[in-house]
Amino acid sequence: METVYNISVFTENSIGILNRITIIFTRRHLNIESITASESEVKDVYRYTIVVKTDLDQVMKVVAQIEKQVEVLKAFFHTNEQVVHQEIALYKIATESFVNGSTEKIIREYHARILTVDKEFTIIEKTGQPEELQELFNELDQYGVLEFVRSGRVAISKPMKTLETYLQELEA
Amino acid sequence: MKIRGAEAVMRCLVAEQVHTIFGYPGGAIMPIYDALYDFRDTVNHVLVRHEQGAIHAAQGFARTSGEVGVCFATSGPGATNLITGLADAMIDSTPVVCVTGQVASHLLGTDAFQETDVIGISMPVTKWNIQITRAEDIAPALARAFYIARSGRPGPVLVDITKDAQFGMVEFTYEPCTKIRSYQPTPTVDKDDLKAAAELLNNAKKPYLLVGQGIYLSNAEKEVVAFAEKAGIPVASTLLGMGSFPADHPLYVGYLGMHGNYAPNVLTNECDVLLAVGMRFDDRVTGNVSRYAKQAKVIHIDIDKAELNKIVKAEVAVHADAKEALTLLTELVDKTEHRQWLQQFRDLEAVERNEVVNEAIHPQSEQLKMAEVVNLLSEKTDGKAIIVTDVGQHQMITSRYYKYKGHRNNVTSGGLGTMGFGLPAAIGAKLGNPKQTVVAIIGDGGFQMTIQELGTILQAKVDVKILILNNNFLGMVRQWQQLFFDRRYSFTEIVNPDFTAIAKGYSIKAVKITERKDVDQALDAMLNSEGAYLLEVVVEQEENVFPMVETGASVSEIRLN
Repeated sequence: METVYNISVFTENSIGILNRITIIFTRRHLNIESITASESEVKDVYRYTIVVKTDLDQVMKVVAQIEKQVEVLKAFFHTNEQVVHQEIALYKIATESFVNGSTEKIIREYHARILTVDKEFTIIEKTGQPEELQELFNELDQYGVLEFVRSGRVAISKPMKTLETYLQELEA
Repeated sequence: MKIRGAEAVMRCLVAEQVHTIFGYPGGAIMPIYDALYDFRDTVNHVLVRHEQGAIHAAQGFARTSGEVGVCFATSGPGATNLITGLADAMIDSTPVVCVTGQVASHLLGTDAFQETDVIGISMPVTKWNIQITRAEDIAPALARAFYIARSGRPGPVLVDITKDAQFGMVEFTYEPCTKIRSYQPTPTVDKDDLKAAAELLNNAKKPYLLVGQGIYLSNAEKEVVAFAEKAGIPVASTLLGMGSFPADHPLYVGYLGMHGNYAPNVLTNECDVLLAVGMRFDDRVTGNVSRYAKQAKVIHIDIDKAELNKIVKAEVAVHADAKEALTLLTELVDKTEHRQWLQQFRDLEAVERNEVVNEAIHPQSEQLKMAEVVNLLSEKTDGKAIIVTDVGQHQMITSRYYKYKGHRNNVTSGGLGTMGFGLPAAIGAKLGNPKQTVVAIIGDGGFQMTIQELGTILQAKVDVKILILNNNFLGMVRQWQQLFFDRRYSFTEIVNPDFTAIAKGYSIKAVKITERKDVDQALDAMLNSEGAYLLEVVVEQEENVFPMVETGASVSEIRLN
């Protein structure tokens, strides 16, 4: 049965490893729903959050192939219930509509933030789950959204084993 | 004292005890070739005729020597010509290090002359690859390259070095790589897994052992025999595992898979415990996997964790090196015999002998058959020559009728099925084990895919015996067209040149035979000749390889004719 899986990958900081990881999905005709990468709490160790919709058997095999890559330290997969995850969205609206419409109320209701106000445009930010971000878009779009961008997902798993512990095991 | 990056490359190779390199020079790798000139007395560089030849030769070298094969190529087309060999080495777990030249770093990404993104192109077909743009990074990268290529499940590695890095000056020190924190090639065996495996085996009535190339790669040939003898377990082999268990051993029951032997395929679906060691359940072995050994409890031992539970779900999955696991498992299993079970194999073997083998090796037909030639070669060499094959019908016939008893004497392209592999791989195989007779058994199609390597044989004076089984067809495809495409022979008939004349052009002795009465003497002449030799045997045009597990069929539905 297809489910959303959050794959977390920890890698060394080297050129090309992102490509090596995405090839594993491409080769199996798996679409990556979202991918983000940044340095983790450990210097020079990078953390990827990859979201895919597939079945358990496939995600297990994919994670095994990812972990097999020489420069991958560790890879895990979790269901949505096993992680805390967030995305960030930015909305550009006309300042005019902001002043004249009821967008201010909407922003308050959705706990969004105003980042920039320019004579012509205003940029609003909201962090949350995709559905909430989409809802806010729908609300704002009544007054016209000039630009909308949503980030990939970042996720942290609920189980409490730290990256440091894994690194120590690997160094042993 | 500082030296050039190019010289550092050579010193790294010497430090890794590389004594043979297969390669082809070109613009972007010229500094390395210039450095090589000063090492020509200590390092044997074999000039091939095409880079694909270089990498297949390096693969053949690695397979017979157990060392890492090394090849050099220039940027652009030189590098892209390596790709087929990289893919072949990747899927067949062959340790190879390729050094490619690259345009100067300031030209990267500018579509410079002979620039290609070889890192990007080779990524899916290398175990690891890296681009080096500074001379000081060369030694650490090559140290890693050798360590990664040969450790764990071996595989190909590519190191791409820009021309400015080759010219750059560096204070040279070499430290072999022994550890990379993100890479754990040597698993620690879980003793509980082995206990569980032993318990299954000790309670089994019909245990069955499948061996793959992992036996060779972990040097577990003695251990697997000791284990099998104690457990009294019948042993079958995959294509690449062939020879890792002696073909004349009383427990050996044959060759697995699509064109394998009858008994080992049929009885896969009758065993109660299936122990697979150093093999990966390729679809050519399993046939229809949904009807493969469903009745059996499977124990799978492999050094590559990603192979466990990939194709066949294992009751007990043991992530381990084959040698270590087999040694420990031998202590844990009871000494037993399974005579009745083994007899079942012998009974089916008799069926195959009567229906297929006898006719194949002692045919009544007027025309020569491939099997009789291979069978006679097997007898004459006592199964101990290094046999290198290409891909196709002759390959399956060789696997069926050559009785491998030697050490690392089976070199073939398994997973990728690369036509053109045979001739260059045989060159490498000979240089990897110069004392052994090397026979390259090749079809008329595959021979012409890398025929230019006859030039390498000429120049490097490589003593390779080339046995061409010529049916004037791309035989395996023709067989499938006959069986599954209503005999529509779409572009499988092949008009061949005079192979002996071509060989003679390269100063290689060559003989062509067409009749049964000449085979015996012709094989003797080939085996006893000094230096390279080509024997062309014209065989029946439309011979089919049987038995056969058809696509979609279960291994137990293997057809005999």
